[in-house]
Amino acid sequence: MSQTPTVTVDLAEEFMAPRTPMQRVQALLHRYPYISPLVVLVVAMVIFTLINSRFLLPGNLSFLTQQTVVVGTLAIAQTLIILTAGIDLSIGAIMVFGQMVMANLAVSVTASNVLPIAGQNPIIAILLGILAAVLAGCLNGFLITRFRLPPFIVTLGTLSVFTAITLILFKARTIQGPEIPEALKVLGKTIQIGDFQLMYGVILMLILFAIFSYILRYTAWGRHIYAVGDDPVAAELSGINVNRVIFSVYAVAGLIMGIASWIYIGRVGSASPNADPLINLDTITAVVIGGVSLFGGRGTLIGTFIGAFIITVVENGLALAGLDQAYRVLAVGILVILAVAIDQWIRKVKT
Amino acid sequence: MTTTAVNTAQPILQARGLVKTFGRVVALNGSDLELYPGEVLAVVGDNGAGKSSLIKCFSGAHTPDSGEMLVDNEVVTFRSTNEARHAGIETVFQTLAVAPALDISENLFLGREVRSPGILGTVFRKLDTKWMREESARHLRELGIGTVQSITQTVETLSGGQRQAVAVARAAAFGSRVIILDEPTAALGVRESARVLQLIKDLRDRGMPVILISHNMPQVFEVANRIHVQRLGRRAAVVAPQTHTMNDVVAIMTGALTIDEADQALAPVTASAS
Repeated sequence: MSQTPTVTVDLAEEFMAPRTPMQRVQALLHRYPYISPLVVLVVAMVIFTLINSRFLLPGNLSFLTQQTVVVGTLAIAQTLIILTAGIDLSIGAIMVFGQMVMANLAVSVTASNVLPIAGQNPIIAILLGILAAVLAGCLNGFLITRFRLPPFIVTLGTLSVFTAITLILFKARTIQGPEIPEALKVLGKTIQIGDFQLMYGVILMLILFAIFSYILRYTAWGRHIYAVGDDPVAAELSGINVNRVIFSVYAVAGLIMGIASWIYIGRVGSASPNADPLINLDTITAVVIGGVSLFGGRGTLIGTFIGAFIITVVENGLALAGLDQAYRVLAVGILVILAVAIDQWIRKVKT
Repeated sequence: MTTTAVNTAQPILQARGLVKTFGRVVALNGSDLELYPGEVLAVVGDNGAGKSSLIKCFSGAHTPDSGEMLVDNEVVTFRSTNEARHAGIETVFQTLAVAPALDISENLFLGREVRSPGILGTVFRKLDTKWMREESARHLRELGIGTVQSITQTVETLSGGQRQAVAVARAAAFGSRVIILDEPTAALGVRESARVLQLIKDLRDRGMPVILISHNMPQVFEVANRIHVQRLGRRAAVVAPQTHTMNDVVAIMTGALTIDEADQALAPVTASAS
């Protein structure tokens, strides 16, 4: 362009208005929403170490990672969904469904009274279990995008639906460890590093966090997830197929839940249709404590990762401090409310 | 067939008898429109006259019930904003359609991101963030809005005028045929409005035809080459700012005045309005 520009929108001038220290903190947290959970995690770990020096022993730390692995993996799926301004209450039910499909396919005598499916190759069993979870995620995504139903209601419904399907297909029978082939339990094995036991499942979780952090930050699909959660109308007008993004998020979340099913069998060593009914809420807690906004479009997987560890650290630390279970539940509850309050405050950031 | 024998220049955008209803509400009742190369066409009208509905047909946000739209004399149908965009028509919506949590560069390239060259882009689907930031900065500079503190600033930290500038820059960067602006100054202060009007003139001077929807008569008279007056879902008249006054235009809008076709500015007006 040979022509000289005639207008100057001096953005800097308007931007550089003096700010109070509090506004600086607000702006900083706005830019890096995982700072506050990180501070909470570090402070909690310091305090718990001072109270009970056993907290920092390698044995306890490896226990912490193993306690976190299933919630942490599921929280990746929950983060993707919450970033689109959705929520998934059926996350635990899908995880149990996938796990029961895997286990029932792999064992020699199945509990299923509907499908004669036992005795499959364990690898096939794992893949079909993951596929089952993907299909369950697709159903959620289909109902949400096709019929424009609120994700909260859809997944509240499918929470019951998937739980019931699991019970109908596989009865209420827990498949015990000795019946389950090694391939299904391999993620529960550990590598000994000094006194620290690194579980394969934990390694897989870390890899998933890394992969999905990359996807969210550096791919078009990842940026579209933020745009859709932030302002769906603007995203649509900008040429993003909002429904396709949302559907794909639920499908991919299903994939992560399927992998979590496999990790769960490794971690617990058995497959039970009644496994961990509260895990839904734990994943939401981890995401919210991690600074991901329930209103969508804001937050990072680093935050979720920290959030998942805060839950186990607080529970474990308070247990080591000799406090009753009720206090641990209380502490986590306070953290959730605090996290949401901070999120609301950050959102009001002004220029 | 169309009968545009009176005009020597070919319109770049044309609407013929567009009808759009929402339930029992008739937004467009056989509306026409012509936009010629190199001009700013202002579309004015009272609330509910069908201004926004008319341009939303061209931006792909609405699909007309009947009537035809032509781009460079070819009949087109847009089922989405993306299809209009592919035809080279960029729209700055009144709501701006920017994602507040994304940065300026990400917003400029939202929905048409560019991937890195080589294996990083094809296999790992990595976006070429660096290139897009450089391009965004270049586009903003070209429009004379180069003093943004940082191209990685999120849009929510910008003021209303700055957001408007980002939305206009996005349209200007990608619009190859036409840029449509829906009430671009409605939410802006005096100083910021002046900047946006200057942007519109700059776009026109670079040869980009612009459709401007506005309520603000002084602004319309400042930048428009021709003024399309919409009334009751149809085109009431098209006048030139040189031949008619603001009062005339308001009178046409309210139905107090009708203008003979011979006195209208249906063909392009050669003299620039400003």
